[in-house]
Amino acid sequence: MAADEVKLIGSWASVYVMRAMIALHLKSISYEFLQETFGSKSELLLKSNPVHKKMPVLIHADKPVCESNIIVQYIDEAWNSSSQPSILPSHPYDKAIARFWAAYIDDKWFISLRSILTARGEADKKVAIAEVEERTELLEKAFVDCSKGKPFFNGTDHIGYLDIAFGSFLGWLRVVELDAGHKFLDEIKTPSLSKWADQFCNDPSVKPIMPEITKLAEFARKLFPKPQA
Amino acid sequence: MAERSEDSEEVKLLGMWASPFSRRIEIALTLKGVPYEFSEQDITNKSDLLLRLNPVYKMIPVLVHNGKPISESLVILEYIDDTWRNNPILPQDPSERAMARFWAKLIDQQICVAAMKVAGTIGEERDAAVEETRNLLMFLEKELVGKDFFGGQSLGLVDIVATLVAFWLIRTEDLLGVKVVPVEKFPEIHRWVKNLSGNDVIKKCIPPEDEHLEYIRARMDKLNIKSA
Repeated sequence: MAADEVKLIGSWASVYVMRAMIALHLKSISYEFLQETFGSKSELLLKSNPVHKKMPVLIHADKPVCESNIIVQYIDEAWNSSSQPSILPSHPYDKAIARFWAAYIDDKWFISLRSILTARGEADKKVAIAEVEERTELLEKAFVDCSKGKPFFNGTDHIGYLDIAFGSFLGWLRVVELDAGHKFLDEIKTPSLSKWADQFCNDPSVKPIMPEITKLAEFARKLFPKPQA
Repeated sequence: MAERSEDSEEVKLLGMWASPFSRRIEIALTLKGVPYEFSEQDITNKSDLLLRLNPVYKMIPVLVHNGKPISESLVILEYIDDTWRNNPILPQDPSERAMARFWAKLIDQQICVAAMKVAGTIGEERDAAVEETRNLLMFLEKELVGKDFFGGQSLGLVDIVATLVAFWLIRTEDLLGVKVVPVEKFPEIHRWVKNLSGNDVIKKCIPPEDEHLEYIRARMDKLNIKSA
């Protein structure tokens, strides 16, 4: 591999892979995408991420980088010329707040979202839905604080770390909304997030790689089969 | 332990003396010579201040700098490194930075969880937890070959985060009644613990051993966990 060659091991449906792809697109970095086959793990993946054996893995100049948020930060730090947009905010406090909410989204928000898909019975589902509602409301408030009147969490006119962390979930969120018959983002409950979601999905670094909802929904049915009645 | 300065309002740390997450912040601040005011929190009866400054998780540690609060220890550590640039905790090279963040996350999200399972279970479940912890620690063991510290010749992010392993897991093995990290299997980790124990900043910032063990013994009794 050439010294500056970039490869990304991933899959079209993965939120976490999407984060890495958005970051690469933002910085106009060309890369080779290595699509993993559903149900099996390639030799390269196992060799590059022996600890977790999970994607995404970014391989740059032969060195693997694992964990989606860590990859996004790596991309920001390794390609940091002034002509490229900055992914993390520049002020240390704003950086800290972005990291805080990005961790919240993975550790709390997504966990409750996923429990809607794995819920057994209507009662469990209702509890999970209420929890997602509550946590989404927190993110609506976080958006107002972080965006400082700008269109994105990044507090600037372009998408950044926290936009990527949350926005990468929008496809799956839509799938869950359809499955649960319940909207989490709408103009009344979450006016700011609703507007932000539209702008995020239409961003040139995002639009070409956002998976089609019907394709994603079909994949979700494979991953989370409904229990037999 | 807590240092007072003229600007004692400037940096405040809400913490708890026996918490590894609180202590790691003290290590970072001390390493960088940042004076701070320490506010010991009663986590069984949370103060209004704590609830106001960390409404999302309601947990320590919380760092307050110039009136602005930051929560979650890994986030705080990066903030400290971004703000006070002397004695860096993270390396300069982006791929080394990524590795440090990777190990820090592994320690907190997996090793810590597995170790807590060891403390909280018995029998087969405990045996499985011990094995899981050991499998994870083996990655750290390999990382230490040829190094004094995870950070190389001096303390770095991973050392600071892994004090959890040195002073909260290994230190309490006698109480737990199981040698989770035997020296024969983990010679590098034990060598590293010796290096840590000889470091002035670490010595200053970790809980005193006797009080610490007494506290843990009392907690285990309270939770009805059999202590050795």
